[in-house]
Amino acid sequence: MGIETFAYAAFFLTMALTYAVICLGLNLQWGQTGLFNVGIAAFVAVGAYASAILTTPPTPDRVGGFDLPILVGWAGALVASGLLALFIGWLTIRLRADYLAITTFGVAVLVQLAMLNLEGLTGGPFGIGFVPKPFESLQGDAIAFSFANLGVVILAVLAVYLFLERLVRSPWGRVLRAVREDEVAAQALGKNPMRLRIQAFAIGGAIMGLGGAVQAHFIGFIAPENYLPMLTFQVWAMLIVGGSGNNRGAILGAVLVWGVWAASAAVIEQLFPSGSQARAASLQIVLIGVALCVILMWRPQGILREIKTVSRHALGTVRNAGSR
Amino acid sequence: MTLQILMNGLVAGSMIGLGAIGVTLTYSILRFPNFAHGELIAWGAYLALTVSALIGGAVGASMDPIGPFSFGWGLIIAFVLAMGLTGALALALDWLLFKRLRNQGAVMIIIVMASFGASMALRSALEFIYTAQPAYFTRELQIAMPLGGGVRATPDQLFAIGLTAALVFGIHLLLTRTPQGRAMRAVSENPSLASLVGVDVDQVIRLVWIMGAALACAAGVISGILVQIRPYMGFDLLLPLFAATILGGIGSVPGAIIGGLIVGIGEALAVQLVGAEWRAGAAFVILTAILIVRPTGIFGRA
Repeated sequence: MGIETFAYAAFFLTMALTYAVICLGLNLQWGQTGLFNVGIAAFVAVGAYASAILTTPPTPDRVGGFDLPILVGWAGALVASGLLALFIGWLTIRLRADYLAITTFGVAVLVQLAMLNLEGLTGGPFGIGFVPKPFESLQGDAIAFSFANLGVVILAVLAVYLFLERLVRSPWGRVLRAVREDEVAAQALGKNPMRLRIQAFAIGGAIMGLGGAVQAHFIGFIAPENYLPMLTFQVWAMLIVGGSGNNRGAILGAVLVWGVWAASAAVIEQLFPSGSQARAASLQIVLIGVALCVILMWRPQGILREIKTVSRHALGTVRNAGSR
Repeated sequence: MTLQILMNGLVAGSMIGLGAIGVTLTYSILRFPNFAHGELIAWGAYLALTVSALIGGAVGASMDPIGPFSFGWGLIIAFVLAMGLTGALALALDWLLFKRLRNQGAVMIIIVMASFGASMALRSALEFIYTAQPAYFTRELQIAMPLGGGVRATPDQLFAIGLTAALVFGIHLLLTRTPQGRAMRAVSENPSLASLVGVDVDQVIRLVWIMGAALACAAGVISGILVQIRPYMGFDLLLPLFAATILGGIGSVPGAIIGGLIVGIGEALAVQLVGAEWRAGAAFVILTAILIVRPTGIFGRA
């Protein structure tokens, strides 16, 4: 149990929690609203690139490099991904759920193309390096640096979590679930399901973008290959395992699945000679794919079930029963 | 120049259309967009490659090219066998995964998620077995022949168009002239009513998987002859497949083919107008445009 173990634990948790932010965004879209987004990677990527372009030092070979503070970058990520989600939502949410799935899948393909080909903005296949890290001055001290980073990511997760919990318990959150459960009834009460869905989709997309930005500033480097459909798949696995509809489930799922991911990578690294690591990595994806299918069949509600949330004005018995 | 774009689009559209028939059939009968359908295309191509290597090892002469084409009888035989094997793979996938979810009464989105997981697993399995290195049925180089009007095409490309036409005609006959075809259309219309009047829904579902997978295999083999074989070849076709399916109207086989041809031509146009690197964007633009203008597609009903 040396210093390395501590540093690694901090590194692992930081990485897992960046996924937790993205997963919380998906939980608002899918868990609370029932919107099926298969293009998570696109919203994460847009957030990461927006923040990187805003905060990196000026570069001659591409637009931007505005050298702005990291917090401005994160705000930019929220806005950029939120606007993209707003646009996609406005375009397709009146359609059936499966159409939204296919369209968001298309958005991910399109964003991938844009990252690769808009070299003047994104740096093309080489991506953007030297994305500033928070507490860069501490870099000399590994422990202090990794725990400072972890602290920042914990704060980000906490902020998003508290915001979403408030939102879920607000009248807006209740109408959202009412629409999800029974659209016709909600409509009869004078609610506009389309508008609510678009709002939820945009807020969820913005949070995914924030997650992408936090991750980019932690890794320090972004490139198109970080945002393949694999990422979408990982985040979905996290939410399904943790329990969709439950914000704590989203965080738990992110840490657990990232743990399984990292552990299986280590096991496969042990089992395969270094020459066939690429093959081993594909075997790892096979295993995770199979695992996701098994979980879907065996426990579709995830580890933490959705918590029934009712108005604080409603019956006290529900609160006393521990459902909060 | 424009006619050549049409020709290129026709060739690409044949592959998309063949794949889209499987997507449209599973979509209308099992009622979910199958994200793993692209993997049936890639698996079909690799299965044909493996069988043809086995045949080639057994009978050397089967690899000699037939006439103007770049491939021999070995590949034709391997192709037919691979169609059956791909069908068996699809049936196994249904039995292991989709059938269980159906019996549990899982909501559509959970089944879509499962197909997404299956797609990841199937594609990575190909990468594990065959590596990410592209493979080829033949390394024979073909010279495009002038067809008049400034249009050029290789014999293989003409073979692809001819094979697609023959397969589509066969499927059309099967759906319109046989009791199995009528049963399929009945289930797509209303599954509970169809089972009430004595249609064996399970048999229809098996038939859908076999047909969809066999056509996916054909798309994979054509793509393998004309381009190359890669684990990602089917996944990269997924967006065009969905675009073609929705454009044609879900459940419509002629729609899937026409949708495929339109998407293929759209891609060829995009290559001319904005450059080959944006090719995949064409499918997205076509898809979004249909969803806004006519979500039920050309032959779809509301």
